[in-house]
Amino acid sequence: MSSTETGADAEAGAQPDRRREDWADKMADALGEGCLEHHIIPGSDLWVRVTRDSWTGAATAARDRLGCAFFDWLSAIDWLPSPYGRDMDAQEDNPEPRAAGATEQGYAGGETRFQMVMRLYSVTDHLGITIKADLPDGDLSIDTLIPIFAGANWHEREAWEMFGIRFNGHPDLRNIYLPGEFEGNPLRKDFPLLARRVKPWPGIVDVELFPGEEDS
Amino acid sequence: MTASGTDQRQQLAYVAAQAADARLNVEIETEGMTLNIGPQHPATHGTLRLVARLDGEQVVEAEPIMGYMHRGYEKLAEVRTYPQITTLINRIDWLGSFANEVPFILAAEKLMEVEAPPRAQWIRTALFELSRIANITLFLGDMAVQLGAVTPVFMAFRDREFVLNQIEAATGGRFHPNFDRIGGLKDDLPRGWIEDTKQAMEKMRNFCDEFEELVLGNEIFQARCRGIGIVPPEVGLAYGLSGANVRASGVDWDLRRDGQEALAYDQIDWRVWTHPDGDSFARYWVRLQETREATHMVDQLLDGLPPGPIMAKVPRIIKVPGGEAYAATENPLGEMGYYIVSKGDLVPFRVKIRSASFSNMSITPWLLKGVYVPDIITILASLYFILGDIDR
Repeated sequence: MSSTETGADAEAGAQPDRRREDWADKMADALGEGCLEHHIIPGSDLWVRVTRDSWTGAATAARDRLGCAFFDWLSAIDWLPSPYGRDMDAQEDNPEPRAAGATEQGYAGGETRFQMVMRLYSVTDHLGITIKADLPDGDLSIDTLIPIFAGANWHEREAWEMFGIRFNGHPDLRNIYLPGEFEGNPLRKDFPLLARRVKPWPGIVDVELFPGEEDS
Repeated sequence: MTASGTDQRQQLAYVAAQAADARLNVEIETEGMTLNIGPQHPATHGTLRLVARLDGEQVVEAEPIMGYMHRGYEKLAEVRTYPQITTLINRIDWLGSFANEVPFILAAEKLMEVEAPPRAQWIRTALFELSRIANITLFLGDMAVQLGAVTPVFMAFRDREFVLNQIEAATGGRFHPNFDRIGGLKDDLPRGWIEDTKQAMEKMRNFCDEFEELVLGNEIFQARCRGIGIVPPEVGLAYGLSGANVRASGVDWDLRRDGQEALAYDQIDWRVWTHPDGDSFARYWVRLQETREATHMVDQLLDGLPPGPIMAKVPRIIKVPGGEAYAATENPLGEMGYYIVSKGDLVPFRVKIRSASFSNMSITPWLLKGVYVPDIITILASLYFILGDIDR
């Protein structure tokens, strides 16, 4: 068994990332109160969380102030702990649906179950930015990005059918992959993956040995 | 602009013909009709349906309808361990499968703070470029056959075998290698593989030279492609176009050179090809140059292959620490990336797959507006999509 080298040693050798800090400052400057939090992994990536009302403003600011002309992608994250998913070390799926407890959020924080994520990129500076926004549980809607980035159209349709998030001002909010009469939002955590419900998963029995490694 | 005298004349002739047709349209009242192309149609190479509303020969509105092949990989990935996911994502862009695995593995390595040893990085890069050649070769033949030239597609299928054989010899998988591992590669290269691959690369260079004359030099091909489907750079970027599609519009951006992922591209000598025109011809031209460039890159990578292990030390049961990471690479079709959200489990909490074709195709409603019916085929073919890469 090989030794574990992974762990929380991210602090080791961490240097300040001037360019990304500069970007975070510019975003905070442009959005004011609308910019809630940011998180930087030096040399790797930048996350900025904004309020729902600043969503389109953040996209405009990233495009005009940071030069992010490239619309990379847009999606959402459902932070509900999966009531069906496999437990960390379980040999089979968790049969008992878990109660929806406090959701544990990722980088740059978050307060609600659904979070919008978009990624923009600057093809001149070769830096990317991930922008997040929380959606209140009772009102899953947010303004469309189409006037700023035309490419958001299909991505928003995908988020609509997969998460049930409504985009205000979207001209054509129809299902993009699923049939029109499909019920439910498949990427929500409480949408069961039927194949797993019907037939139990064989479990973690087939761990493959690495070349030259002996079983221990 | 690089257009020579003849090309300019051709462009002028095309514009004049368009103007004449426009006048004709005013005089003759035409009735609108809806044309369904696909889902099963040779020109869509896959199950893509295109609904075009026509006014005479001109497209008023065109809309691609996808989902015939949606397999839900983002949902499936949430119940599979990290090594199991590479099997799934091999099937996204099935013509250059190995290239699908690399960004996912890189994103997982980022979260685990593991880096593959140099030899693994170099072999990864070489296999990545081989997938690119295998993928783009088919495009080079396929676009020609869609414009009515039958020979190139047979030549492409014939010569692509040389590359597929090498991928199979190294990985054991002809179409779906499933060879990349977190922390390195499954195996080292087999004996004699380097020599064979260099010979194959020589053959592929001949193939590119042949195509440069046979297809790019062909008058009919030029007449069908020049000035058709022009993508302005800023529009292309706003629609999320990436890869050769924006490089053909003069955007000098290539994630192999500009990205921050740990691959061996910064240690070899190569260049990024761009074309200022932004039309279908430019997209074909850029891809052809990139294929030739890739053969040189593979040669250099195999010459400079460092010795050493091919696997870093990673635990046998891979549990990825909590966090979020995005890694993207320059795949044959454009930028492909994976956004992984991990909660320290055996399985990822959420995987967002950013596939190139999905964004590349999203420009079609804009681009097809006002073109003529035969140009639909040219534009779709030159944007180059793989259905699995759209539908995921």
